[in-house]
Amino acid sequence: MKITREDVLRVADLAYLDLSDSELETYRKQIDEILEYASKLNELDTTNVEPMAQVLADDQTADATLREDVVVPCDVAPEILKQAPDPEPPYFRVPKVIER
Amino acid sequence: MSTTWTIGTVQESLTAKKISARELAADYYTRIDARNPELNAYLTLSQERAFAQADRVDALVASGKPLPPLAGVPIAVKDVISTRGVRTTCGSKILENYIPPYDATTVQRLEAAGAIILGKTNCDEFAMGSSNENSAYGPVRNPEVPDRVPGGSSGGSAAAVAAGLAVVSLGTDTGGSIRQPGSFCGIPAMMPSYGRVSRYGLIAFASSLDRIGPFATNVRDVATVLQIIAGRDANDSTSTTATVPDYRAESEKPVKGLRIGIPKEYFGAGMDPEVRKKIEAGIELYRKLGCEIREIRMPHTDYAIAVYYIIATAEASSNLARYDGVRYGLRAEGDSLLSMYRKTRGAGFGAEVKRRIVLGTYVLSAGYYDAYYLKGQKVRSLIAQDFRDAFTKVDAIVTPTSPVPAFKLGERTNDPLQMYLADIYTVTGSLAGVPGISVPCGKICGKLPVGLQIFGPPFGEGRVLQLAQAFEQAGGAAL
Repeated sequence: MKITREDVLRVADLAYLDLSDSELETYRKQIDEILEYASKLNELDTTNVEPMAQVLADDQTADATLREDVVVPCDVAPEILKQAPDPEPPYFRVPKVIER
Repeated sequence: MSTTWTIGTVQESLTAKKISARELAADYYTRIDARNPELNAYLTLSQERAFAQADRVDALVASGKPLPPLAGVPIAVKDVISTRGVRTTCGSKILENYIPPYDATTVQRLEAAGAIILGKTNCDEFAMGSSNENSAYGPVRNPEVPDRVPGGSSGGSAAAVAAGLAVVSLGTDTGGSIRQPGSFCGIPAMMPSYGRVSRYGLIAFASSLDRIGPFATNVRDVATVLQIIAGRDANDSTSTTATVPDYRAESEKPVKGLRIGIPKEYFGAGMDPEVRKKIEAGIELYRKLGCEIREIRMPHTDYAIAVYYIIATAEASSNLARYDGVRYGLRAEGDSLLSMYRKTRGAGFGAEVKRRIVLGTYVLSAGYYDAYYLKGQKVRSLIAQDFRDAFTKVDAIVTPTSPVPAFKLGERTNDPLQMYLADIYTVTGSLAGVPGISVPCGKICGKLPVGLQIFGPPFGEGRVLQLAQAFEQAGGAAL
């Protein structure tokens, strides 16, 4: 077995994800099967292989990633706030974080 | 029967004043009203925006000025691509009422070229799935065979075009999500190179893999749409400045003498024998067209699914951290900030998304990162190297798009690993960053469409379209 119920609980906690008991067990079984399958990667010796950290070759990104740092107007704040579940313009309101 | 429109016939009819853009859009909404209740291809219609744009196009026609390349062309947009003022759900309950405050660059460019956005199409939740059965708003039916899936995750975009409910559409492809539904629904469908098309406004799933690309009823229209959406965008630092060639001109070039690689590893066990027959007939067609067929080896193909489902879920777990019930989307009440986060995410995400968040968080977590994520990134390098090696010997690679044709609704939903394994022929090109297209390659028993996939080298879209166009013109769809 690659992954235990405790592992799933720990990971769900890291991901701030509420899971029911039945979800926990279903995911544990399914993910166990997937990780078991993924262990076939160990057949390959990758000691001298560099991880593929980016997709584009260097000459394709050279002038694509940097731009002048210029301020441009962006007036969508009221529209963005309208999408919030609990807005109090210009803020987003959340449940109380600090106890007095 | 209603007319099958192409970009070309729309242009002709508008210019000749045989139909107005408004009439054409209205006709498409009539078709959608008739067919969408059965197919469930569209989640949201954007009539107001569509008719306003149609009126602009009609004014242009009346003025006698030259029309832009997509003037009056009714299009559908996958619901993971942002549209200002038009609901964008990602097929998820967590974004059920989300209305983007801006347009994706692709949407902006299509509208600037005169296209009319009819609405937003159904998809697997956050583009995670291969059958469109993971949508929170119900599955899409395959218009060719309504008891079967349209493929996924861009199932709605594929079904809309195949059923004549849009002339062209946009989908997204992370591991096959454009090419596989294109193959299942019997239409051409293209994934451009990584970096070719701006992703500004695309709601992210896996950032090192996600791409936007077109569906159409013919290869020429695919080339026309790609022409509009390709190219550098200052709002997306991963879009490149590489020159955008004239794709229509490229696709008209003769294919005689081109070297086509057939990787042995794509023809192993697990392929439906009927799919194999069609693909072999497709390869034979290329031989008749004067192409040189070479057997090649891509030795790391068999590891691609494992690599893909490690990297894609890892990136998803990170990208989906933003759904926290604070700034947009669903919020479930909790007695503290953390419990609000947990309850919101537990209630808002569907089963496949939660499964991938758990898997992705696990492979990135302390103690497992090296064994899974880093190992996956290293093997990804080997898979990309397979492609680089192949393109030193051949001009393009031809494979099946999917080992199986469209399967029945509900047939595969209980076994995620089995569903993942069917992505074997598409995820390789996703990991390598190369462009790929699926073109119709006959129908099994005259009923179930089969797709033939063509890969080209990075930024070799012209070559891919050239081979696709030749295949289509030689009658590939009727094999």
